[in-house]
Amino acid sequence: MQTKNLIAAGFADPVFQSQAAFRTVLAALSEPGTVQTVSAAILPPDGLCAATATTLLTLADYETPIFLPQQLRDGPAGAWLRFHCGVAILDTPAGAAFAVIDGASAAPPLAAFDPGHDQFPDRSATVLVQCAALTGGESMTLSGPGIAGSRSIAPQGLRPGFWAEVAANAELYPLGVDLILSCGDALIGLPRTTQIEETA
Amino acid sequence: MNAHQTLPADDAKPAYNYAYLDEQTKRMIRRALLKAVAVPGYQVPFGSREMPLARGWGTGGIQVTAAIIGPDDTLKVIDQGADDTTNAVSIRRFFERTADARTTEATEEATIIQTRHRIPEAPLKAGQIMVYQVPTPEPLRRLEPREAETRKMHAWAEYGLMQVKLYENIARFGEVTTTYDYPVMVNGRYVMAPSPIPKFDNPKMHMSPALQLFGAGREKRIYALPPHTSVKSLDFDDHPFRVQSWNEPCGLCGATDSYLDEVITDDKGGRMFVCSDSHHCETRREAGHRGAMLADASALHLVEEVKP
Repeated sequence: MQTKNLIAAGFADPVFQSQAAFRTVLAALSEPGTVQTVSAAILPPDGLCAATATTLLTLADYETPIFLPQQLRDGPAGAWLRFHCGVAILDTPAGAAFAVIDGASAAPPLAAFDPGHDQFPDRSATVLVQCAALTGGESMTLSGPGIAGSRSIAPQGLRPGFWAEVAANAELYPLGVDLILSCGDALIGLPRTTQIEETA
Repeated sequence: MNAHQTLPADDAKPAYNYAYLDEQTKRMIRRALLKAVAVPGYQVPFGSREMPLARGWGTGGIQVTAAIIGPDDTLKVIDQGADDTTNAVSIRRFFERTADARTTEATEEATIIQTRHRIPEAPLKAGQIMVYQVPTPEPLRRLEPREAETRKMHAWAEYGLMQVKLYENIARFGEVTTTYDYPVMVNGRYVMAPSPIPKFDNPKMHMSPALQLFGAGREKRIYALPPHTSVKSLDFDDHPFRVQSWNEPCGLCGATDSYLDEVITDDKGGRMFVCSDSHHCETRREAGHRGAMLADASALHLVEEVKP
């Protein structure tokens, strides 16, 4: 029997684990820039970090198509999400409600994801950006709703020009995608309301 | 085995999922809440479910609370500021029964405060979540009955009609006569109905450290204010926004800075003013504050007087 193709377990206790994970994501997006930690109770499939996997397991289902890059789509991550969430996995960014991208890879650009419609800005994508680390990188200053004054973040392993894309996304407000930067069991929320600039 | 998975015994209560809603519904509400937080003041449509009480009794707030509540939470429910009125008591009991919720009347102990038409007097703290029950989420509905039109007005930030309404109020009465559900501008972009809280409470929303969530069950809308978000009550430079004030203090606790309800005490024109926030009033009385009518009310056993 080949064990490497088996799909790993999801939540052992879906009701309470998804509730706790949701509150973590809610805190992350309502207080942008704070590093929130999910309890690492699940073993994520190859290619997804625990925070990404937990967030998708909590929020995704048959109503929310997910975009995954080719490598994840064809690997255990795609099978794991299809099995546990019953989601459709898309090969193009358009039409995805959630997306997982590697922060270091050049494509797809944030502008490729659905920013919503002026009458329905809620119909935009939520993009999970997997980073090398959430600290120790170039320092950026955040301001906007959810932030008293300003807050700094310094995630690592993001492609050149990523922050310019984030700033262009914030320009679209009230449209735009919402970002969740994730690494290991930690995540940072960056909703479209957050204004971002290099720390002087 | 966990509580929500236990099979019911013959005499047990029906085996509801934890917090009544099924997991698919919670996911749908949770996704709506996250988008609501990302676009403060914008009303996100959601698939409001039928709840075991009538629409208009707080089904929106209950669905929001059910989607967020967990075993670590302490729930406070108020109705017009009071912890002991019908709506508050039954919603508290609903969550005690379906979610084994820890409940409290103390504002500072609560992690989730579900409210109908008031914000507590005690300042809210970071980490607390306010859940508002909203009857009419659309601030423009009285001015424009068509949803297709109000949606465009929000999309293009065309809020002139609302300013005209306030202007006509001033032209006719000399001041803005709206005293509750007073429209606010959120984050400089969306005009939002703050739910029918008195305009006295509007300033408490501005830059509040707590997360504020709004649920309208009948109208199927969810909206939100993240902490530290600008919330400005609409006004004019020459007619700035003002809150209500009273000529006399609370009859029971003597407070001069809280929102007061007028209570008719007899059929000869007798009246008194008391704090609408029952927990605030009790806390003050326990601290030794005494209002002019406390002794009378205590003699009639309407309130318990704390003897120093």
